[in-house]
Amino acid sequence: MCTLEKRGNIYILTLTGTDDHRLNPPLLDSLQSALRRLRSETAGSGGLCALITTAQGKYFSNGYDLDWAGSNEDRLLLMSTKLRSLVKDLISLPMPTIAAVSGHASAGGFILALCHDYVLMRKDRGYLYMSELDIGLVLPAWFGTLLRCKIGSPAVWRDVVMTAEKMTAEVAVQKGVIDSAHGSAAETLRAAVALGEQLVGRRWEGHVYGENRKVVLAGVLDALGVGDSVEHVNATSRLLKPKNVASRL
Amino acid sequence: MCTLEKRGSVYILTLTGNDEHRLNPPLIDSIRAALRRIRSETTTSSSALITTAHGKFFCNGYDLGWAQSDPLRHPQLMSSKLRSLVGDLISLPMPTIAAVSGHASAAGLILALSHDYVLMRKDRGFLYMSEMDIGFKVPAWFVALMRCKVGSPEAVRDVVLRAEKLGAEAAAKKGIVDLACGGAAETVEEAVRLGEELVGRRWNGAVYGRNRETLLAEVVGAMGFDETVENADGTPKAVSRL
Repeated sequence: MCTLEKRGNIYILTLTGTDDHRLNPPLLDSLQSALRRLRSETAGSGGLCALITTAQGKYFSNGYDLDWAGSNEDRLLLMSTKLRSLVKDLISLPMPTIAAVSGHASAGGFILALCHDYVLMRKDRGYLYMSELDIGLVLPAWFGTLLRCKIGSPAVWRDVVMTAEKMTAEVAVQKGVIDSAHGSAAETLRAAVALGEQLVGRRWEGHVYGENRKVVLAGVLDALGVGDSVEHVNATSRLLKPKNVASRL
Repeated sequence: MCTLEKRGSVYILTLTGNDEHRLNPPLIDSIRAALRRIRSETTTSSSALITTAHGKFFCNGYDLGWAQSDPLRHPQLMSSKLRSLVGDLISLPMPTIAAVSGHASAAGLILALSHDYVLMRKDRGFLYMSEMDIGFKVPAWFVALMRCKVGSPEAVRDVVLRAEKLGAEAAAKKGIVDLACGGAAETVEEAVRLGEELVGRRWNGAVYGRNRETLLAEVVGAMGFDETVENADGTPKAVSRL
């Protein structure tokens, strides 16, 4: 499902396999356990590390596993709960995070990429795509909050969410959605490692870095919450799902 | 006050007459009635709404004269009705386009900005947040809407704190307007073209409306209260300038 390797002070978390890395419970669990391993390994060490998240194959991640969920609301809620927990981990992670987007990133997969401090993407293939409008799903409130915290321009939020625009890396850079575009998946990863090393070289205190990120993304953390009202808001996406959604996928 | 016509899949709501289309309760009520008609008519097929106006003005804001003519006519009523109207537009289950055909000031600018896309004629007409010039406080929810629609803090400052009058081309450069078009008729035509393009995506209207509400969550939250006309307990506030 995923591997975690260490290259000096840079950790590389790779979603393995050539499938579309749907965010189902097994994958979400394995990502979260990789982050736990990462925290425990870096807890004692003095120096700052950095995390790069990337993937094998044509897809970075195509979002929630809607086929697995079908019309079962409990399954949708389970994936939502696990993704939110993973995102909270990423937001509090005591080190810089970089997404090396190696292929298509749609819906929850796009959100996963945006949860990183820096987003680098290959320009030779692959789209960023908030697909919800095209497949008739209501966007969870916290997706909206994260998009607004990471993308500066309201016109771009509108294009991403309200026109379900499919963006190549170069368009995404122009629109301020990602940081940079690179020739290929391998080049993107190389650039991510170089950026990671540059950030590590700043010798920041990891704990302070993580806390500062939490301040910057405070709005997202609130939206992620665990209270009943948030569950309702985040789970209402299932209420408006058209009956024959399976046929639209 | 306003008419509603349908051209194919696109609704065109027009503020009629050559006056300033000031947002008094009767006009706001008639616009809301038109929106209710749209909601009742649209079933499974996709639609889009275009809002435009006759004459030199798109909309010149609240009808201050209406409020002044009778002590029982409190500005709180206009504020509350406008907020309901904006709430209706934010939840409307279809893409919305403002075809700004003339001057849009203060609450009139807010009305334009309450649409997903803003197209404006470039040959005449200004966008103008007049409050600073006439000594009025801008309600917090106006600014919340502006911030959710206009990316640049400098542009928001220029509009709100400098009361800049912006023609369509300047407004487009500042990211306030999406497209500056030739004249009033051309602006409406461009709006219809855009509307048909969006209808062609065949989105589920209910989902579209809900996703818009998610994007504009901060505005929806801020609209619950207008501190310029009401006290924290909801009672009308003494508004000294009127």
